[in-house]
Amino acid sequence: MSPPRPRPRQPLAQRMIDALRRRPLDAAAALAVLIMAAWIAPGLMRWAIIDATWTGETKAACTEGGACWAIVTSRWRQVLAGFYPKDHLWRVAAAALVLLAGVAPLLRRRTSGLALATAPAAVLLAYGVMEGAGVLPRAPTDYWGGFFLNLFIGLGASIFALPLGIALALGRTSRLPVVKGLCVAFIEVIRGSPLIVLLFAAAVVAPLFTPAGMTLDKLTRAMIVIILFEAAYMAEAVRGGLAGVPAGQVEAARALGLDRWRTLVFVVLPQALRIATPALVNSFIGLFKDTTLIYVIGVLDITGVLRNAVTDFAWQGLETEAYVFVAAVFWVFCFGLSRWSASLERRLSIPGKSA
Amino acid sequence: MGLQACGDPGSAVDEPPPLAAGVEGAPTAQPGQAPAAGQTLRAVKARGYLLCGVHQGLLGFAYADNNGRWRGFDVDFCRATAAAVLGDGNAVRFIPTSSTDRFSALQSGEVDVLWRNTSGTFSRDATLNLAGVNYYDGQGFMAPRASGVRSAKDLDGARICIQTGSTNELNLTDWFRAHGLRYQPVVFDTEDKARSAYDREQCDALTADMSNLAAARVAMKRPDDHVLLPEIISKEPLGPVVRHGDDQWTDVVRWTLNATILAEELGITSQNLQAQRQSQSPEVRRLLGAEGGLGRMIGLQDDWAVKVIATSGNYGEIFERNLGAQTPLKLARGLNAPWNGAPSGLLFAAPMR
Repeated sequence: MSPPRPRPRQPLAQRMIDALRRRPLDAAAALAVLIMAAWIAPGLMRWAIIDATWTGETKAACTEGGACWAIVTSRWRQVLAGFYPKDHLWRVAAAALVLLAGVAPLLRRRTSGLALATAPAAVLLAYGVMEGAGVLPRAPTDYWGGFFLNLFIGLGASIFALPLGIALALGRTSRLPVVKGLCVAFIEVIRGSPLIVLLFAAAVVAPLFTPAGMTLDKLTRAMIVIILFEAAYMAEAVRGGLAGVPAGQVEAARALGLDRWRTLVFVVLPQALRIATPALVNSFIGLFKDTTLIYVIGVLDITGVLRNAVTDFAWQGLETEAYVFVAAVFWVFCFGLSRWSASLERRLSIPGKSA
Repeated sequence: MGLQACGDPGSAVDEPPPLAAGVEGAPTAQPGQAPAAGQTLRAVKARGYLLCGVHQGLLGFAYADNNGRWRGFDVDFCRATAAAVLGDGNAVRFIPTSSTDRFSALQSGEVDVLWRNTSGTFSRDATLNLAGVNYYDGQGFMAPRASGVRSAKDLDGARICIQTGSTNELNLTDWFRAHGLRYQPVVFDTEDKARSAYDREQCDALTADMSNLAAARVAMKRPDDHVLLPEIISKEPLGPVVRHGDDQWTDVVRWTLNATILAEELGITSQNLQAQRQSQSPEVRRLLGAEGGLGRMIGLQDDWAVKVIATSGNYGEIFERNLGAQTPLKLARGLNAPWNGAPSGLLFAAPMR
């Protein structure tokens, strides 16, 4: 039997009216949302764009009734790079490019495997460029800040958390009770604690226990905590992926004579990670937004820099602009990521198999 | 390899000290293991700049300007400390610290000193060293001018907005009980929320430390429509904090503060400093290192106080520049006036001799 032929498409307006007539409740809700949007949008546009002030050195330059983005533009260096020395800003730009280049292979299906090597290398290289690594003048991590820091922590932590998360997920399915127990305990303890508490522990408690002379700076400690935190969440995403691989795949691989490791690496993991991709991207987006939490340990990321800006007499009282700007920046990045993830899902989906 | 130092000492460099290979970080101390006396001073001199722990952003006290240069009341004391030790008020790196991690940053050696709006208390002094008080604060009240409330005693039965979990809450309970008055607390988990609730007239008064109330008042749509009530119901002595055990460094920080206080008492300002160096007054001469050789006793140059005053000015100048009537905060000197001033306050530094 052939599939039913699609009905000829009616004009959009006709279809909308039909849809609304069939579901009066939906129609009412849609109407309410439209009215609200129409009510808010003009005022918002007027405030954020039409009446807004874009440049200026103090809030005296701001016009009444409009947003004052001068608070952002007048200190764009801090917003992007924190208090990194002015003469060395090229290093921040270079490090950011390196980071993005490192994950770029993920954009093409053919090259995505390369990211396994390029992404961690990019994080280390970016760290080296920023820190100096003995070649450039040293700029320890307490010079870092601004949006670069959000980017570095978000990307860096995810990249290093993924292998750890995979290991934890595999450990959780292990037949060895000790391995399994340790992995379960780790995952559950970390997932059971808020990130902010773990960050406090890293900032406040950890330095009291490290031996003298072996001090890890604040950002490194925070980074380690974020990696562990993210790994626990990624482990659960990967576990879901592992569970989604049909048992027949493993049996077929064994029947072909593949040993356990080859079965895992060439048959199970590629499929598991494909299934887990949406969940992994999801947890990355969550992590990226959580990077603003490092404010609580005294590190000035993009949020911190703008919170600091509104304590300058010159900009005092512009909290709304500061927070709206940060929200917009994160929205752009996170929305972009989720669109990318959706397209990735489509490309990775196996033809003929409904996900 | 390192970068060459840019700019001559004292010039307004809008940058932190140049990056350099070499020693980083302050000496660290294990819990329960005090740093040896003199260790911090040696480390700061060897490093060439001071690591100063400041607030992440507090109106009037610590903030960065458009060019990334740190400014504020506490920041000026950081620069003064750097000037005392290194002769250069720009030889500082400002390390923002949160209220939670400030003490561990100090103990682990991420900073040499905290000039960070920190209330001195017994238990803090027991584990760290309080090196003086640079701002005598206390909890107070703000009320709308139109309400006619002119004293906290007029607040019987009032709704009072407050941040929960702070010592402010306990002080409030104590004070109202002691005065046999009733009130209705309206609590919020952050200061910002308490402030905006007051702004929306969800309560009749707002309580917090006076310096915070002054900042809150500036944030109101019409600051002049609000009054700070005269009653101060608690003691919050804000001052610098250093690690326990390095007495020499404690002295350096304490006397940096004292030098600014003494300079105001003696009428020495950043403007008349050069003239005052010719002064015949023995007190002035001892402070400015013309005689007595006192600086060497705490490991500094004889002219350390000259550098302090040249960098930040005397206490009064630092106060007026950042908090005083010329600033939007418009804080009165109040308790932070010299003991012999008119009106008098609590600033009373031990004499130089």
